[in-house]
Amino acid sequence: MMTTETSGDVRLTGISKTYGSFTAVHPLDLTVPQGSFFALLGASGCGKTTTLRMIAGLEEPSSGTVYLGDQEVTHLPPYKRPVNTVFQSYALFPHLDIFENVAFGLRRRGIKSVKKQVEEMLDLVQLGEQARKKPHQLSGGQQQRVAVARALINHPKVLLLDEPLGALDLKLRRQMQLELKRIQTEVGITFVHVTHDQEEAMTMADTVAVMNAGRVEQLGSPADLYENPQTTFVANFLGTSNLIEAEVDAKSGAEIVLKAGGGRLVLPEARCSAPTATGGKVLVGVRPEKISLVHADEADAIPDGRNRVTGRIAQSSFIGVSTQYVIDSPVCPEFEVYVQNIDRDSRLAPGAEVVLHWNPEHTFGLDAAQDIDAGVETAEEEAA
Amino acid sequence: MPFVNWLKRHLVVIAGLLTLSYLLLPNIVVTVFSFNKPKGRFNYQWQQFSTDAWKDPCGVADMCGSLSLSLQIAFWATVGATVLGTMIAFALVRYRFRARGAVNSLIFLPMAMPEVVMAASLLTLFLNMGAQLGFWTILIAHIMFCLSFVVTAVKARVMSMDPRLEQAAQDLYAGPVQTFLRVTLPIAAPGIAAGALLSFALSFDDFIITNFNAGSTVTFPMFVWGSAQRGTPVQINVIGTAMFLLAVLFVLVSMLIGNRRGRQKA
Repeated sequence: MMTTETSGDVRLTGISKTYGSFTAVHPLDLTVPQGSFFALLGASGCGKTTTLRMIAGLEEPSSGTVYLGDQEVTHLPPYKRPVNTVFQSYALFPHLDIFENVAFGLRRRGIKSVKKQVEEMLDLVQLGEQARKKPHQLSGGQQQRVAVARALINHPKVLLLDEPLGALDLKLRRQMQLELKRIQTEVGITFVHVTHDQEEAMTMADTVAVMNAGRVEQLGSPADLYENPQTTFVANFLGTSNLIEAEVDAKSGAEIVLKAGGGRLVLPEARCSAPTATGGKVLVGVRPEKISLVHADEADAIPDGRNRVTGRIAQSSFIGVSTQYVIDSPVCPEFEVYVQNIDRDSRLAPGAEVVLHWNPEHTFGLDAAQDIDAGVETAEEEAA
Repeated sequence: MPFVNWLKRHLVVIAGLLTLSYLLLPNIVVTVFSFNKPKGRFNYQWQQFSTDAWKDPCGVADMCGSLSLSLQIAFWATVGATVLGTMIAFALVRYRFRARGAVNSLIFLPMAMPEVVMAASLLTLFLNMGAQLGFWTILIAHIMFCLSFVVTAVKARVMSMDPRLEQAAQDLYAGPVQTFLRVTLPIAAPGIAAGALLSFALSFDDFIITNFNAGSTVTFPMFVWGSAQRGTPVQINVIGTAMFLLAVLFVLVSMLIGNRRGRQKA
């Protein structure tokens, strides 16, 4: 069977899930390349876990098909799929010790001599000493590693991870992120990771699919999603974006010139995902760390060709490596700016008149027909 | 006031010891009087030490027959009530069906209803059906009242079980039968065992319902009751003491096993 396979990709085509009148997942096409670390990112209730459970076979899709490589598995029960899951809260068997938990899948497939494999797997997750303990005697991080070992020992085509780090504290979470990434690189199995933590998704995954209300909003590498968000939801959910409502004034070459609050902004056409007819509306976005901040008295020193916005400092919070400012500006009431702690200008205090400027290359354009605040609240809730 | 201080410090221990002796005193009396050599037919006054009754526990006519009958009934009632009760408990927790709420409350009725009322109504039912009173009517009655205890014990266990455990088993290549045998049943086992033990104890010493529905059959509690009218043989105390010791032994052994497991884990 292994030799006839041309590919081990996970392919979902037109897959959807409805519960009565509620649609958890809208018809969705998704391909996870073999051997990749793929993250499904979204707020709770966005359909990411349902999607994962449809790959696992724990949820039957209302429509569409699931392929694992060349094999269609849409209607196969979970125990017949070459897929294993690391559950949220781990779901370790409380009546079995660590060794038997890890050996469970091998034994169910009728493999008699499991000792060597189990011991190797426990060594991989650094739990060789704990083999005869019961799950409740281990710490959260150790339990999490048992859950990974229990799934990985079966050499699944795909390992599904359902918020596996959600129950751990921040420091342990960071450590486990690196650990999981190391294991994935070592074993080369496709990982599909569900998480609501955007930092976790960006740290670990090669490809991230951002989900919202049962749909994939955007799919791409972490850097691509961050630099080129296609929707306001992605712009606000991944990190922070300053979005300005602007009107298309003219086009010159590869640049679009926009009017916003009496000022003039330049946007590279290649970075605009929205239609740009002259006179039409566009949302202009820029990330807070791309912006430079100077006192209004020094506005003359700003080089030509930069996008400029004026405003007054409403709040400033010094957090060591940087200072985070909230600027009250005519184009955007809460313009966020992060300034690296290199040279500190004591005049930049709340109430000061300032000019913000940035390289037009760092500007992105979005369709103005969307909710400008989409994803802001969800991101804040998840962070809380 | 050194005495008051001493009392304050040891109040919990004293209260505990008093409660323990309150619980144990009847058993001690039964045990002591199993070594008595009564003068008349009644074993209510201490006369002199003797091991006669212990040497000949079945020396009283019909007593060991009724004991064996009670043990048989208790065994089958336990088996019947545990199997049925476990299935009912799973059905009530896992499935949403019509009249689920009604079944849920009806199951508790035998526990709440006065035993004598239930006994009388069962008798009416059996007589109207033309059933022959005896072993089977007793067994049916016992399974019925044991059922509620098994359902309660198992339900609590099944309700607290994480449904993801069974999903995890399925995810790890266990089919429905394997999942049930390897994961569901072992995790529910303590609840099932508790229900079974309760059933055995309840069935073995039930008097009221049994007395109504036994016909001419005589179980051990009925034998004791009957002989109490005419004079109590010392052998009753011997059987009582033996049952008590067996129960204590059972608890000690299970505690020892539990302790050893606990130590292995640590």
